[in-house]
Amino acid sequence: MATATLPHTHPLPERNPGTPFDPGALEGALVNKSAVERRAATLPTRRTVKKEWQAAWLLHAIRTIDLTTLSGDDTPGTVRRLCAKARQPVRPELLRDLGIPHLRLTTGAVCVYHEMVPVAVEALEGSGIPVAAVSTGFPAGLNPHRLKLQEIEASVAAGASEIDIVISRRHVLTGNWKALYQEVRDFREACGPAHMKSILAVGELGTLKNVYKASMVCMQAGSDFIKTSTGKEAINATLQNSLVMVRAIRAFYEQTGYKVGFKPAGGIRSAKQALDWLILMKEELGHEWMQPHLFRIGASALLNDIERQLEHFAYGRYASMQYQPLG
Amino acid sequence: MTLTELMETLPYGPAPEAAQPALDWIQAHKGRFQLFIAGRWRKPASQEWFTTFNPASGQPLAEVAQANAADVDEAVKAARKAFASWSQTKGHVRARYLYAIARQIQKHARLFAVLETLDNGKPIRETRDIDIPLVARHFYYHAGWAQLMESELAGYGPVGVVGQIIPWNFPLLMLAWKIAPALAMGNTVVLKPAEFTPLTALLFAEICQQIGLPPGVVNIITGDGKTGAALVEHPGVDKIAFTGSTEVGRLIRKATAGSGKKLSLELGGKSPFVVFEDADLDSAVEGVVDAIWFNQGQVCCAGSRLLVQEGIAEKMYAKLRARMEKLRVGDPLDKAVDIGAIIAPVQLQKIQRLVQKGVEEGARLWQPSWAVPTEGCFYPPTLFTDVAPSSTIAQEEIFGPVLAALTFRTPEEAVRLANNTRYGLAASIWSEDINLALDVATQIKAGTIWINSTNLFDAASGFGGYRESGFGREGGKEGLWEYVKKIAESKAAKAPRAKAAGDKPRAAQPGLPPIDRTAKLFIGGKQVRPDSGYSRVVYDPEGQRIGEVGLGNRKDIRNAVEAARGALEGWRKTSGHHKAQILYFLAENLSERAEEFARRIEKQTGQDGTAEVEAALEALFTAAAWADKYEGVVHNTPIRNVTLAIPEPIGVMGLLCPDDQPLLALARLAGTALAMGNTLVVVPSPIAPLTATDFYQVLETSDIPAGTFNIVTGERDELAKTLAEHDDVDALWYAGPQTGWALVEKASAGNMKRTWTLPASGPLPDTDEILRQATQIKNIWVPYGA
Repeated sequence: MATATLPHTHPLPERNPGTPFDPGALEGALVNKSAVERRAATLPTRRTVKKEWQAAWLLHAIRTIDLTTLSGDDTPGTVRRLCAKARQPVRPELLRDLGIPHLRLTTGAVCVYHEMVPVAVEALEGSGIPVAAVSTGFPAGLNPHRLKLQEIEASVAAGASEIDIVISRRHVLTGNWKALYQEVRDFREACGPAHMKSILAVGELGTLKNVYKASMVCMQAGSDFIKTSTGKEAINATLQNSLVMVRAIRAFYEQTGYKVGFKPAGGIRSAKQALDWLILMKEELGHEWMQPHLFRIGASALLNDIERQLEHFAYGRYASMQYQPLG
Repeated sequence: MTLTELMETLPYGPAPEAAQPALDWIQAHKGRFQLFIAGRWRKPASQEWFTTFNPASGQPLAEVAQANAADVDEAVKAARKAFASWSQTKGHVRARYLYAIARQIQKHARLFAVLETLDNGKPIRETRDIDIPLVARHFYYHAGWAQLMESELAGYGPVGVVGQIIPWNFPLLMLAWKIAPALAMGNTVVLKPAEFTPLTALLFAEICQQIGLPPGVVNIITGDGKTGAALVEHPGVDKIAFTGSTEVGRLIRKATAGSGKKLSLELGGKSPFVVFEDADLDSAVEGVVDAIWFNQGQVCCAGSRLLVQEGIAEKMYAKLRARMEKLRVGDPLDKAVDIGAIIAPVQLQKIQRLVQKGVEEGARLWQPSWAVPTEGCFYPPTLFTDVAPSSTIAQEEIFGPVLAALTFRTPEEAVRLANNTRYGLAASIWSEDINLALDVATQIKAGTIWINSTNLFDAASGFGGYRESGFGREGGKEGLWEYVKKIAESKAAKAPRAKAAGDKPRAAQPGLPPIDRTAKLFIGGKQVRPDSGYSRVVYDPEGQRIGEVGLGNRKDIRNAVEAARGALEGWRKTSGHHKAQILYFLAENLSERAEEFARRIEKQTGQDGTAEVEAALEALFTAAAWADKYEGVVHNTPIRNVTLAIPEPIGVMGLLCPDDQPLLALARLAGTALAMGNTLVVVPSPIAPLTATDFYQVLETSDIPAGTFNIVTGERDELAKTLAEHDDVDALWYAGPQTGWALVEKASAGNMKRTWTLPASGPLPDTDEILRQATQIKNIWVPYGA
């Protein structure tokens, strides 16, 4: 899924093939909410990046953005605009003034609904930027299972190389882990070569313990990424639920040796938040998990705030949105 | 590095907090600070100054006055003078001052934080996010108590001039813990900050000036141990409050012995951090970080002993090591640093020495792969595994970032290991099973227990130790008692007095010879003869011989303490309801023999025996009534949790009875202590011991479990000394002459047992005071969240 513009210090890891369903791994789901909150609250107070380090982290953050539009009023025109922004997320003169005129910088992907996949594929041709499609009856996931599989297949056929599926929350809420496993397993099969990101919709799972268990089952079922939310729930990505998912990723890696990626989505709008999530990844999982093949931020407005911060760094004065080209 | 290179490696880079505002403040004082006495800055009489250093760089920060005995005297005088009006100042007015202090601290929060980090070496994250906010919170909270004192502590007034000596690990926070409650309750203070970290206290003095706090209410004198000693010994001081090492606490206990000074001590610890197999291990690892790598591990309540259930130990260690690799040690002013500088080279050497000892004793040492800065005073986070409970690093307080890990198999063994220490300050328990966690929490002997959390502090929760971790609480309503005393009532002087026998025994009156009775000792539920084989004669006030009691000695005390220790667990766990039944039954059986007891009292003391028996019966009823009603509270601390403040028995208690009212004293003092779950070794009044020896017959018929109540007759001060020195006695109440107060207080310093000294005669203390003396508050923090 990585583009040619993204340098990697590590060779890309083997895709997570999944494991047989293992309810035993769920028994270790001991999540203490108060302690998780405390860790999440102090992560951003224990770490910070300033000056050129911050600029570098923000430039890097751009590489991890799944630049997203998921609106009922999306048209080919708006999607093409978004793709143009993904190709050139920072104004060339700003890159020049930052002293990196030749840096080839793009977002991690562009994320759209199925109907917009062909437009995006065409608009991104030659850029190496993958197109991600939300799928399986996004966002509620209550379409017939058969249709969900067909939807995945259609998006892959249309050129999407990443599929963001939504899980059936009822399987989690009723403790039917086997059914959840089977559902996600089927999705994975339908994805074929396309990478699969499993959206847990954490805001609808009730408890952090459920978030941990759902994470585990989705990884057992072969997810390449686990993702917090659709952006449509009342509660989307928070550092608390992200911490729980990231710890599940670590446990799964320790158990199986497979590296699963993480994608927080929904509500991440500021450069400061992007840094907080990068800090979370660095602290809990390490450097490799900060890279776009294992970390994505699902966002639409974030990019503009990052541009403003970069501008402030470059010119030493506060920036205005009107200077940042729209997506 | 270029931006593109930084993009590849994504390091944190430096993120320094500016030191300049704090350095400017020092410079505004020309780098030299005087003593703050009576609201003014004045030169030290000693004409001497010492240097305070930045431990992160080794560079000097400022010159600070060295106060000598003359300066201490001036400060105490100023505090005494201010006390006259401050103690009469309305609570609401005191509340306004404390509120103003809290506000000022918030307004200058960053300056305080930076100055604290410069002087102490702890990370700016901690001073900024923990120390200084807690300081402000402490003053706000106690402003409230000043407001409420009149109604909520009716009948109590301030103690007077309080000498306060604080440590270097939380300089301003410890100042707040000391000054806020003292001022709230109407006391005035002379505070000596630690020699290593005087600066924030001096900035605090400026705030006192700014808000117009009356001169002399707060006096800040800087200096070393000699200054502290002069303050402790000053006769004009009514109370000493000390936080620091157990070693110095012991010296202070001895120095104040017999002086009548009230004393509270918050001392060292070797607190257990217990991780059960059903804990959220990732969270427990973060708990360890907050427990032992908070403030470089220089925390009295640091979770320095990791107790892990054997089955998950290796998994826990692996997680810990991975986490330790991520810790960042370095410039404490860097906002992304976890561990700052050790306070001083002498402390660094102590840490190095103890770590070396740990290695020599066979424990397995692990430190992260990275190196700490070579400039300044730094030490890496350190984990010892395969630690034997008997090894030095498992027993001694290291006061550094060094964790000693041991394993256990069962909850019972975890409790045993947790309590296998001379200290008892705090404990952390990690389990997702609330049954298990609370069960263990009630069994660990420590003043503060954190369940699935660690190092949580708040003004509303009392903090303080069991055992050699000291006595007294800071914070919560329980902390206020350290700064008040009962307002004396005028009727006190009119209490009855027992008459001691005349010098010359008179010849017995002629008549029918009585049947000789042999009063024995009562130990472990049995009547036993004294080890010495000697007896002591008891005379009536006219000098007439009325009987003998056994002359108990060291060995009898030893046996009695052993019996009391053996009975403790069972009695402690007996329900309040059941304890009450036993005490009521005791009263019932005593009333059956009221006549006989009344006559005996009259014979020994010449006082009104009938009235005393009645009073004693009432006292037993009162004790019984409290047995199931002396309850704790749930503190209102500002996180989502319940903080349970539970009164627990102190343990094995020695009680040396007053001369007066032998039966009433037994009923009220021993009865209340018993009701609270303590077991007792009672040494009866020398004047009226036969009442106590008669009393054991009542005990025998009243279902009092064997060993719960032991009686040893003999020479008061000889037995008092043995009890005071006994390491397995947890508290000692001594009624007797002032010479005896000095004796027991001095001797109690061995295991830092709690002592309570009372006059030999006169009115007995009120029940509310006895209840407090018979218990210690344990605060259990139980965070929750679905």
